[in-house]
Amino acid sequence: MTGLSFDVSHLLAGALVLVSFMLLYQTRLFALLNVFALQAVVLSLSVAWQAYVQDAVHLYITAAIAFAFKAIIIPVALHRIIARLGIHRDVENVVGIGPTMLAGLALVALSVVVMLRVASEADALAREDLAFALSVVLLGMLMMVVRRNAVSMVVGFMSLENGLILAAAGAKGMPLVVEIAVAFSVLVALIVIGVFLFRISERFDTVDARALDQFQGERL
Amino acid sequence: MIDLAVNLVFQLLQMLLVVGLAPLLTGLVRKAKARLLRRKGPPLLQPYRDLARLARKEAVVAEGASWLFRVVPYVVLAATWVAAALIPTFATGLLFSWSADLIAIIALLGAARFFLALAGLDVGTSFGGLGASREAMFATLAEPAMIVIVFSLALIAGSTQLSTVAAFMASSAVGLRVTLGMALIALIIVAVAENGRIPVDNPATHLELTMVHEAMILEYSGRHLAVIELASMLKLLLYVSLIVCVFAPWGLAIADAGVVDRLIGAGVYVVKLGVAGLMLATFETSIAKMRVFRVPDFLGAALMLGFLGALLLFVSRTLK
Repeated sequence: MTGLSFDVSHLLAGALVLVSFMLLYQTRLFALLNVFALQAVVLSLSVAWQAYVQDAVHLYITAAIAFAFKAIIIPVALHRIIARLGIHRDVENVVGIGPTMLAGLALVALSVVVMLRVASEADALAREDLAFALSVVLLGMLMMVVRRNAVSMVVGFMSLENGLILAAAGAKGMPLVVEIAVAFSVLVALIVIGVFLFRISERFDTVDARALDQFQGERL
Repeated sequence: MIDLAVNLVFQLLQMLLVVGLAPLLTGLVRKAKARLLRRKGPPLLQPYRDLARLARKEAVVAEGASWLFRVVPYVVLAATWVAAALIPTFATGLLFSWSADLIAIIALLGAARFFLALAGLDVGTSFGGLGASREAMFATLAEPAMIVIVFSLALIAGSTQLSTVAAFMASSAVGLRVTLGMALIALIIVAVAENGRIPVDNPATHLELTMVHEAMILEYSGRHLAVIELASMLKLLLYVSLIVCVFAPWGLAIADAGVVDRLIGAGVYVVKLGVAGLMLATFETSIAKMRVFRVPDFLGAALMLGFLGALLLFVSRTLK
């Protein structure tokens, strides 16, 4: 592992975490989708760099799939859904941006500490990728927790999946079949979610998840 | 002995250079902004004329003002000037470079801000208090962000001393680091907020709802105002020099360089200041001012970037 290849992959993986924070920070839906597309671009760059470093051809295919699906198809589809639903207004956060950011930082610190301890056997690059991938996953979950708008929850879910791909690219020996299957399952998930979004907005006249709260049955 | 004398001369030159160039930088930014808006704009040297005119005018002091009110402008100017003179603008290894510690510079700026806020409260008008409280609110976020940035830089360069940091950044040992990029963005955000440039505060307006810095100094006039204006121009120059010397140290004369190298360094420094001024003007023209209550988010982003950069640094340190 030479210094430069480590530095570049460090840069790209760090940029991925940074873009996750930008997702958390972004409060407008269209801007959110643009940032999400940016994250996919960074992800595919990162995976392509891994392919170059590890000399693994199938990772180039993963990078291409990530770029095509996540940087183009999914953002465009979500764009159209938002336009159709007519909700280009602000995203509301349950918690303010400041506490969200702090929580995100705590999650990143947590995943770094955990991964550096747990994966102490693996080589430096894989460990680092795992640490950053876990932070991206946790940040995606955080995004799903703090947002009320169903569309931004979907974006959180998709960015969570970006973290999984990063982890898979860092660990050597992930077969291509699995990656293609994951990519298509995400696409299927998008279709299901799209249908679901329209159903929610039809039924409740909103995609605000708070509207679902009153249907959760008996409270203890 | 000769060495000492030469170093002393250059240190003095540096002190005069920063204070001499500060109004020019402000003038350049104003002119560039005006040109971008297709106005003609004031001449480049207008800030010097403004300062000279203000210095000649009678100073009117509010009735309820105490001695503090008269002293504060000079305290603020002194602290800012010392901080600006410590930054290696064209050469490292000057006579006082050993004291050019980043934390010392932050402390000097903090002291200046503290006294300015006190003066704003001292006169007892509502505007002064309003400006002071807003300034304090921004400072509580900007200063930690600055400290975190300094920590990241110190972790990379192995020192908080600015000369050492600049020398390290100019060498090829730096490599490609994501932390540096984050620190740069965070430092720019802090600099924009600290100088009251556009997304945070509008330096050109006296509109009561938006102003922060202007509200604090509303009661000042005459030579007091001139001194305060000069101090805020110096502060702008200070931040620009800080960013330039840490993130673009090319052409900087490293310690023990000859006289010619230092003169070249001075020329390069002026060019870099000009470029930075034009970039600032472009940035300010292309963006709208944000609400006061959005500013904590903006500064919080700087704080978060600083923390994230330090975390990433920690990761790559433990792995290598």
